[in-house]
Amino acid sequence: MEAAKFLDAKGFACPMPVVRTKKAMDGMAQGEVLEIHTTDKGSIKDMAAWAASTGNELVKQTEEDGVYKFWIEKA
Amino acid sequence: MIKSMASKEVAQKIFNKEELFILDVRNESDFIDWKIEGENFSYLNIPYFDLLDGVEGILDRIPKDREVLVVCAKEGSSVMVAEMLDEVGQNASYLSGGMKAWSEYLQPVKIADLEDGGELYQFVRIGKGCLSYMVLSKGEAAIVDATRMADVYMEFAKEKGAVIKHVFDTHLHADHISGGRKIAEAASGSYWLPPKDAEEVTFPYEKLTDGIEVTVGGTSIMIQALYSPGHTIGSTSFVIDSKYLLSGDILFIDSIGRPDLAGKAQDWVTDLRESLYKRYRKLSDELVVLPAHFMIIEELNDDGSVSEKLGTLFAENHGLNIENEEEFRRLVTENLPPQPNAYQEIREANMGKINPDLEQQREMEIGPNRCAVR
Repeated sequence: MEAAKFLDAKGFACPMPVVRTKKAMDGMAQGEVLEIHTTDKGSIKDMAAWAASTGNELVKQTEEDGVYKFWIEKA
Repeated sequence: MIKSMASKEVAQKIFNKEELFILDVRNESDFIDWKIEGENFSYLNIPYFDLLDGVEGILDRIPKDREVLVVCAKEGSSVMVAEMLDEVGQNASYLSGGMKAWSEYLQPVKIADLEDGGELYQFVRIGKGCLSYMVLSKGEAAIVDATRMADVYMEFAKEKGAVIKHVFDTHLHADHISGGRKIAEAASGSYWLPPKDAEEVTFPYEKLTDGIEVTVGGTSIMIQALYSPGHTIGSTSFVIDSKYLLSGDILFIDSIGRPDLAGKAQDWVTDLRESLYKRYRKLSDELVVLPAHFMIIEELNDDGSVSEKLGTLFAENHGLNIENEEEFRRLVTENLPPQPNAYQEIREANMGKINPDLEQQREMEIGPNRCAVR
């Protein structure tokens, strides 16, 4: 998936993955995709819930070797 | 400056029936699933990620005249939100260690003085509704249904100057990881399990069967095992000092055990009926029932303990008063509440088949215990 921007939030505990995602998205244009990597298990639910709450679309989500990857499209 | 509040302080507020306003900043689904329960607590659930632009929008929903505690899963988000509240002039504390710490907090409550200077303590795991027990007598201790926070029991016994001789599990638990084996190993004591629940365990244990009697402190305190299957096929109760009935997950204060957590509801429902309606019926009404769980905060007595006379439960517990066997079968096999989180993995951990690390154990135990039906 083509991401306009990449955010490495590995090693950060809640709430930082979502806080940083929000900051990164604030500077992006509508339709652009942000790719985020985290290691905090809580971010699995929180990213999805944050996206739903803000109207941004979580287009893809995977897990590889303890790294959670998210692709969120800005609304 | 924002303040942290320890789980112990929150537990005291529950026992004292104090008021507390909880701003829970976890996901809505996590909040609905499991939260801090107190009779005079009130709640507002707003996920932290909805507050990133500021807390001004929720200030009118937070009482000015009451203590406000911000709660999240592990602490981080609650610190952030408490700081944001502080910046706009709203006093707030955060729960130290979050729900993770809350789930692990154990409050020892003295149940009784026993013969010859002996003591019986109940350890209330208030965040998860688990109850465990310690019998102390003449420099010896026995523990029943220990949680995985093994250090708490070992420290407690040490403070009391007692050596842990026996560690029992009334059954193979499905809602929490037992600390029994760990404690027994550390104290060089015996670890007892009902053999019918332990067919697949990977470690040596003492066979806990009907009629076994163990003494604590020489001949002073007698613990008698009573086979009472139904929640599991091996479930065993204990009668201590002919006065206290440790009922495990068979009988609770306002509910009864569920027979389905090993996938055998239909097979075990007859055992459950027999244990509750025949075996327990033969016991003295004067026995004080001490279960392995509570479900709702109303089951706590004023001193924070969970106990009731067996005679009272026969009169008042709905699950003990269903005459029709078919109706009983339906109650305990149909429309059951959801199973405890990760219950199959927890059973495997308690059998020694898997060895999750501490972080994984915490993750597996998230949520309430859900071992009962009402």
